[in-house]
Amino acid sequence: MATNGIKIAIVGGGLAGLAAAMKIAEAGHAVDLFSIVPVKRSHSVCAQGGINGAVNTKGEGDSTWEHFDDTVYGGDFLANQPPAKAMCEMAPSIIYLFDRMGVPFSRTAEGLLDFRRFGGTKHHRTAFAGASTGQQLLYALDEQVRRHEAAGKVKKYEHWEVLSLILDDHQVCRGLTAMNLQTLEIKAFPADAVIMATGGPGLIYGKSTNSMVCTGSAVSACYQQGAKYANGEFIQVHPTSIPGEDKLRLMSESARGEGGRVWVPRQKGEQRAPSAIPEKERWYFLEEKYPAYGNLVPRDIATREIFQVCLDGMGVSGENQVFLDVTHIPADVLDRKLGAILEIYEMFVGDDPHHVPMRIFPGVHYSMGGLWVDFNQRTNISGLLAAGECDYSIHGANRLGANSLVSCVYGGFIAAPAAIEWATNVPHNGSDGARVYESELQRQEEINAALIKQSGTENQYVLHQEMGKWMTDNVTVVRYNEKLKATDQKLLELIDRYQHISINDSNLWATMALPHARHLKNMLDLARVITLGALNRNESRGAHYKPDFPERDDENWLKTTIAEYSGEGPVFSYEPVDVSLIPPRKRDYSKGKKT
Amino acid sequence: MSAHLRTSSSTSRVPSKTVEIHIRRRANPDAPQTWERFEIPYRPNLNIISCLMEIQQNPVTKEGTRTTPPVWQMNCLEQVCGICTMVINGRARQSCSALVDNLEQPITLEPMSKFPNVRDLVVDRSQMFDHLRRVHAWVELDGTHDLGPGPRMDQEDVQERYAYSRCMTCGCCLEACPQYEDDNYIGPQAIAQVRLFNMHPTGKMNRDERLEGIMEDDGITNCGNAQNCVKACPMNIPLTKAIYEENRETVIYGLFGWLKR
Ligand SMILES: Cc1cc2nc3c(=O)[nH]c(=O)nc-3n(C[C@H](O)[C@H](O)[C@H](O)COP(=O)(O)OP(=O)(O)OC[C@H]3O[C@@H](n4cnc5c(N)ncnc54)[C@H](O)[C@@H]3O)c2cc1C
Ligand code: SF4
Ligand code: SF4
Ligand code: FES
Repeated sequence: MATNGIKIAIVGGGLAGLAAAMKIAEAGHAVDLFSIVPVKRSHSVCAQGGINGAVNTKGEGDSTWEHFDDTVYGGDFLANQPPAKAMCEMAPSIIYLFDRMGVPFSRTAEGLLDFRRFGGTKHHRTAFAGASTGQQLLYALDEQVRRHEAAGKVKKYEHWEVLSLILDDHQVCRGLTAMNLQTLEIKAFPADAVIMATGGPGLIYGKSTNSMVCTGSAVSACYQQGAKYANGEFIQVHPTSIPGEDKLRLMSESARGEGGRVWVPRQKGEQRAPSAIPEKERWYFLEEKYPAYGNLVPRDIATREIFQVCLDGMGVSGENQVFLDVTHIPADVLDRKLGAILEIYEMFVGDDPHHVPMRIFPGVHYSMGGLWVDFNQRTNISGLLAAGECDYSIHGANRLGANSLVSCVYGGFIAAPAAIEWATNVPHNGSDGARVYESELQRQEEINAALIKQSGTENQYVLHQEMGKWMTDNVTVVRYNEKLKATDQKLLELIDRYQHISINDSNLWATMALPHARHLKNMLDLARVITLGALNRNESRGAHYKPDFPERDDENWLKTTIAEYSGEGPVFSYEPVDVSLIPPRKRDYSKGKKT
Repeated sequence: MSAHLRTSSSTSRVPSKTVEIHIRRRANPDAPQTWERFEIPYRPNLNIISCLMEIQQNPVTKEGTRTTPPVWQMNCLEQVCGICTMVINGRARQSCSALVDNLEQPITLEPMSKFPNVRDLVVDRSQMFDHLRRVHAWVELDGTHDLGPGPRMDQEDVQERYAYSRCMTCGCCLEACPQYEDDNYIGPQAIAQVRLFNMHPTGKMNRDERLEGIMEDDGITNCGNAQNCVKACPMNIPLTKAIYEENRETVIYGLFGWLKR
């Protein structure tokens, strides 16, 4: 295939990575696509609720500007506004493109795309395919990329894990190193530009709603090689997840979008079955406190309210749980619009949500923070770009439901031409080319060799659990400076104990232990960025809430946190936010939004 | 609720204090398979993945011998990525959605038998993705630039397509199919994807290429109509309906297709 001689490496085959791959291949260039799991099994399949785009098919006067305003307002004005606006403007065409690819979006009576409501907006703006929208969108891109693969433009490296970037003496990205997850062989892959699209870091919290490959490890490696990491402290805790032994399974916001109601019994220690509790003895606390948005207030607010209700001992059966009730919605509507997610609940809990209110509690869900990028998805390292959940742009201090899928595709669509432009114009790296590849390869091989050789009494999985517990207890919904400091001390202790783990598998063929050990180190480094970023920010904004500093403080903190790696830990600096389009105003969801 | 949910809860049994799990192991593709027994403390609501995680953290057999941790694959943990599929008590299914409370003990875990065994419970299913390439399981777009919305569609047609579009390439259907052995038959999963795209107004325009993909020696005529596949599919995909419809299409194409050339 004629490819004009440039090659772009994409790390990650979720929505963002595949969107970029499709665009680059379509433009006639060669793509090397790396993914830990076959791309069709990427975390994006988990997204249930839908994808936002202001198409205004319901005649509600929706517009891309309104979508933009909801996005920056929901994000508590921490997002740079130009890219958020550009995303909202592109959103309808993204949904139409998926429609043309054959995504089975739900339809109206006229055969048009149907839209539902999601949190943080008063418009029906969310297109959906049953209750497995992410799966359907990912498959559509997977199919298009397979088409380019069949035509020889995309080469997939599945079951390969990217370990690091290859940087030349001028800090220009010249490719990457990756490890074959069966043989553990490490290879250097030259590329004219690299796009990171590796998704979120939920596993830092041990249990989260994320898939098991969402460790943030690759992004942490980039950070350790000099990439800036922005707004790390902004971690979204989803209000409604189903607690489980191995993970917190999400109950999508669409359950509330379709009319689901959150409540607890008014009576502490209530013994009756939920169906036996009369309407007036139920406390619909979100509807009561936020009459304008009710159950559809943004996530950070819903999460804190549920958390507080349980803290006050009002949780169902005195435990950390509240009811999410859809039993009043007709069964055929539930099956058509929410079938898949209600099945998940029944499958893992055993109760049928058609008849019994679900029991839910908040769970770590999404990282608004990520690699710093400019408005063209370029990181501060020349030749390195980023897109999707692993970059920090668009969502500010809090992401609105159904805005992630669209931001992933948008990011991929912007990163692709920017990568092509760089790759076409970058001077080739001449005679010292081979050396930079060899020395990075050697560095990575040495890390593996050292891990395999070292023996100690620490267990890598126990360290992971300890990190997860500390992070979940102290760096989620409610944050106190004393506890954040203690958490950082704990992380330092874990980094120290990490030196004494022994890889718990003597058979290295296709082992899970060595890759996990490498993730663990990278997660610990990123956990410090999140924790210290939170410690520094003495205000409350979006998902970041400190009872000791309960107000948003624009004068001092309307700025982006930037962390840079040093041997002694992250070094922080701050950058102004571009609020040139909509002046910041106070967020107040008890009233309708004024623009 | 869907049929597979009902069947999974019908075998519930009194929980014991421990969970006994027998795992069929293989160190690498050239090594022999062996069985190892493990025992872990019982807790309510355990799924197979949680059991494996517990064994992984401290891999000691029931007999007290230290061993290598069993290796398996997992990602979504909510039965939507398909990666964690293995044979549990003789039936291929997802280990993330297999709850201990619903399983007879001792629980046996084995890798799927129809795919090359990499190590322990991990198999290589790349042939399924190769099949998707062969049957052109995609819509041929003119380009990804903005051309407005796609064709209008009836919600009923959308729902029929949605059912096929939920296939997570897990391989349960192939594991259950008596005709599928050593990649000798393209199998129900790929045929259902042909159905998915042949039903789409734009996808239809490339129907012939897809039909050719399932008309070779290892094609659709290998199906013996045993119907095991449809019972095994965790996503309740109407596989036998797809096979029936595509069989019809290939016959018509076989009879009249030459007219178009
Ligand atoms: C349960 C759940 C439900 C959600 N529902 C919605 C919703 O309804 N609407 C919405 O807008 N958003 C939703 N989200 C958020 C959204 O799903 C994610 O933010 C989004 O899918 C992220 O996509 P991505 O392309 O950035 O990365 P992912 O889809 O996470 O893909 C990451 C890719 O990177 C690869 N990778 C990672 N590390 C490496 C490495 N070192 N080397 C090689 N490859 C690597 C992985 O294999 C994978 O292919 C939901 C999230 C969850 C958890
Ligand atoms: S119906 Fe056909 S494809 Fe399905 S199990 Fe039987 S032989 Fe296999
Ligand atoms: S058709 Fe069903 S059983 Fe077969 S691969 Fe798809 S989801 Fe799995
Ligand atoms: S882990 Fe994805 S289906 Fe089980």
